[in-house]
Amino acid sequence: MSRKIRVLIAKPGLDGHDRGAKVIARALRDAGMEVIYTGIRQTPEQIANAAIQEGVDIVGLSSLSGAHMSLFPKVVQLLKEKGAEDIVVFGGGIIPVDDIPLLKKAGISEIFLPGTSTEEIIRYIQETIKIT
Amino acid sequence: MGTTLAKRILEGDVRAASRLMRDIDDRIPSALAELKELYPKTGRAYIIGITGPPGSGKSTIVDKMVEIFRKEGKTVGIVAVDPTSPFTGGAILGDRIRMQRHATDEGVFIRSLATRGSLGGLSRSTQDIIHVMDAMGKDIIIVETVGVGQDEVEIVHTAHTSIVVLVPGLGDDIQAIKAGIIEIGDIFVINKCEREGADKMERDLRLVLEMGRKREDGWDPPIFKTEAILGKGIFELVYGIYRHKQALEQSQAMEKKIKERTMKTFLEVLESEVMNHFIQKLEKKGQLETIVQELMYRNIDPYSVAERIMAETLKENKE
Repeated sequence: MSRKIRVLIAKPGLDGHDRGAKVIARALRDAGMEVIYTGIRQTPEQIANAAIQEGVDIVGLSSLSGAHMSLFPKVVQLLKEKGAEDIVVFGGGIIPVDDIPLLKKAGISEIFLPGTSTEEIIRYIQETIKIT
Repeated sequence: MGTTLAKRILEGDVRAASRLMRDIDDRIPSALAELKELYPKTGRAYIIGITGPPGSGKSTIVDKMVEIFRKEGKTVGIVAVDPTSPFTGGAILGDRIRMQRHATDEGVFIRSLATRGSLGGLSRSTQDIIHVMDAMGKDIIIVETVGVGQDEVEIVHTAHTSIVVLVPGLGDDIQAIKAGIIEIGDIFVINKCEREGADKMERDLRLVLEMGRKREDGWDPPIFKTEAILGKGIFELVYGIYRHKQALEQSQAMEKKIKERTMKTFLEVLESEVMNHFIQKLEKKGQLETIVQELMYRNIDPYSVAERIMAETLKENKE
């Protein structure tokens, strides 16, 4: 019996730059996690439903298009509506520093900016997810 | 708490279903009680297996089939298996990418699984997760194996209809007459059929199938050529599945299949119970480590140790 961390990595919105998301997915895999990758151009509804069906502990959202202020909180809100507020949501990408407090207020647990090491993200997930 | 996950699942609670699947996959002991409660409600879904080499288009075919099933008003569960890294235990589960347009359809439930060390093309938890989807009331459950080579044939014991997907250009015709996945197909698909070599592959495959021994159930596996990304040939494939289902139901083959599967599931559960019993006992006494040490130095042999442990347990139970 051993809980394995399951993570959903998703790209909401319209930009197609998924290299960052793939690098993260790969790094999390190498840290022993199961990573569900849903690809680019996902709606918040698709992401929330996938997170629930896949039974993940945490969702990582990547956005480089500037639409994070509407898309990230929407995912959090949908998870809550569906009774899945225990699923943690974090984000990363091209995000102005000034937006971070607002995103956190909207329920995004953490924001990672360009230059963050993958080790930092791995550590964050391991510390945030209390596997019972 | 009061209500069990099982009860909530039977009431249509998706969250509960997902949580139980997680417990099953992580082998949490409480999942067994839930499965006990669900078992009487299972056995209704029609299970379709789809297998084939990596990159042959299995997920895309599944995506297009789901579209047809949904138009017919059928609800669908999908179990998609991808490999676990043997080095880190991690996995990237990417089959969903091709199916995400169904994510907002309440009639579709998709679950990605990692093999977690299983070898037969499925994960250990696959059968139990199918039970959960069955209990959720899904009409059709599609099980997509990991990308397979030649010998990952476990799907045949899981599905009512097994589909083997091939693509042109994988090797000469001798590849096709080897034992293994070629033998398990109830239906064959040559996907990416716009590629060179598709017609030859079809001829070779047909020859191999005709040369082979007649199947006991009298079914003659059809070959469909598809270009799944464009949806070409998928309609024919779905009706091929219906024809196979009908043939199964009209012969005794269906009963035989279900009997075999039930037996296999039971034996697996039994095996896992017995194994857990012995492992826990050895670990509790702290003997496992010692035994392994002794085995490494060749002071004892594994066959005698296993016999001795069995004999001891039987004796203890008598007392």
